[in-house]
Amino acid sequence: MESFKIIDCALSVIATGEKAYNLRDLHDRLQRVDDQSIMFFHFWDGLLRPDFIDPEYQNDFASWAYHDLHDRRLAEQLSILNPSKFSTMRELRERVIQILEDHMDEGGFDSRIDAENPFFLMRSQIVIFDTQKRLETPEELGRFIPHMSLGSVFYHFIDACRRTRSGHNDFSEWLWTWNEHHSQLGNAIASMDPYFKSLLEIREQLSGLFTKYLGPAADPDNKLESTK
Amino acid sequence: MTKKLEKYAEVVGENIIGQLRQLAEPLRGMRVVHINSTREGGGVAEILHRLIPLNKELGLNATWEVITGDADFYQCTKKMHNALQGDSEDIGEKLYAHYERINAQNHERLSPILSQADFVVIHDPQPAALLQHYPERKGKWVWRCHVDASRPHRPVWRYLQKHVNGYDAAVYSLPAFAQPMRNPLYIIPPSIDPLSDKNVPLPAEEIDTVRNTYDIDPERPVICQISRFDRFKDPMGVIKAYQIAKAFGPPLQLILAGGGAADDPEGETVFKEVQAAAAHDPDIHLLMLPPDAHRTINALQRIADIVVQKSLKEGFGLTVTEALWKGKPVIGGNVGGIRIQVVNHTNGFLVNSPEGAALRIRYLLSHADRMVAMGKNAKAFVIENYLLTRHLREYLTLMLAVLKGSRDRIELSSGF
Repeated sequence: MESFKIIDCALSVIATGEKAYNLRDLHDRLQRVDDQSIMFFHFWDGLLRPDFIDPEYQNDFASWAYHDLHDRRLAEQLSILNPSKFSTMRELRERVIQILEDHMDEGGFDSRIDAENPFFLMRSQIVIFDTQKRLETPEELGRFIPHMSLGSVFYHFIDACRRTRSGHNDFSEWLWTWNEHHSQLGNAIASMDPYFKSLLEIREQLSGLFTKYLGPAADPDNKLESTK
Repeated sequence: MTKKLEKYAEVVGENIIGQLRQLAEPLRGMRVVHINSTREGGGVAEILHRLIPLNKELGLNATWEVITGDADFYQCTKKMHNALQGDSEDIGEKLYAHYERINAQNHERLSPILSQADFVVIHDPQPAALLQHYPERKGKWVWRCHVDASRPHRPVWRYLQKHVNGYDAAVYSLPAFAQPMRNPLYIIPPSIDPLSDKNVPLPAEEIDTVRNTYDIDPERPVICQISRFDRFKDPMGVIKAYQIAKAFGPPLQLILAGGGAADDPEGETVFKEVQAAAAHDPDIHLLMLPPDAHRTINALQRIADIVVQKSLKEGFGLTVTEALWKGKPVIGGNVGGIRIQVVNHTNGFLVNSPEGAALRIRYLLSHADRMVAMGKNAKAFVIENYLLTRHLREYLTLMLAVLKGSRDRIELSSGF
């Protein structure tokens, strides 16, 4: 069986220089940009950015609609979008555009009135590096999870979804190559909804699932035995 | 682990330091040169004093050079600085020519270092024109703009653009501060150093001494704003908020503490206005502190129950970060970088008026449990996001990204 490689990552945040001053403007700009990393940034990269995770609105579009457009209805409609349910960022972008269009069609407001602050379209570069840590068994991985950097959690759990063939996280992919019992743990991890959680919370939940399925052998309080 | 990194590991955890080491590994031995215009004073010098030694401990061959100039040069660059922030400044051909001449002289002095550098970071406009002397440069050059250039005075920006467009990348503190340019615009927010005098944990006796020195009653609640006496920091608005809140009953004390205003004629005027407004209230402690009173400021922030930063215009607002780091809920003006740092009901409140600030002061004072919870959130937020180690990580990531080109994914394991 292949060992599990612990990879870590860090983000460089880049301003595209594009900004939308109002709802119409945002709609038009989203139609023009075809850079998938922009959508990924505004839906997922917040987890690794030095920003406060908005407890109410999980993506930048919803947060902007609430805080800067003061449009609660639109904020709610955008906030409910779950990016992991879209197979590509292009589809997600189309859905956001549809929501904006439907909202503008509803009328009752001027979509060209400037927001309190513009929406800045951003993207990121992800720098990926091998920590050289290798884990041989699922139990060993379970014990290691609480010690994992948040960059590693992001890489193996969030970034993996756009990288793996199945669209699932690295933990599940690896566990599915083990026996039936480990596969069940893989399934449980695959069904986790990461969208309303911080990376710290995701790490805690992962650790809890490993302990629940694999028992004391995967309990982080057990001493690590065979990392290399 | 080396000594300095060990100390940071005690604050942020081994994980974070391990990550820095791994990111730095491909950069080990590289010649990295930072250039600014002053060794002492100002936020840029403060940050470089901290970053350079850490870069060295991580194995980078990092150095810091300072350009030299005369009074006319600094007059010109001061005008550029103000113009970047939106002031209408008339610089004129003669001063521009002088600016370029001084940069050329510095080029002659620094050429042996810069021509061999693998990575050069030029801070702010003062040394920006150095780049033109290195058309066949070996390394990558980035321009780091520390000021809010969102609405620059156009004629000056057009001139500066000629010099900064050729860089491999530009770095701003916030997306809102950036000017669209030809090169990639990286965003790296500033940070505070948890081990500096301004932020290090203080012994209780030292805090008590400061409390006694300024005659602050330990039995009554304290609100505090630390900032220059500047209209944009709205000290008069803070006094108004304090007065409104106090009228509802809490036996409040207010500390307004700021740096010297000797070189700032408007600062003196504002200070006098604030003095007049505070004159008849012994519970308003108006403190004019010397520039090196870092530990006193640290103590005052720790003495406060609530920290206020009721700015009307703000850059990033590092005084907010400092207060959050000390576990204090912050009531901040809904402007600039304060908006990014303060989230309503989570670690403080954003307000738009003295009345709003008064309302939030009253709310917090009557919800002691919320104040404690928000203080905890505040500290956790800074640990995760605004300490020097995060800043260093982003510089390392930036270097790797710029050296590797503009791809979205950069895999270091594939060789460097």
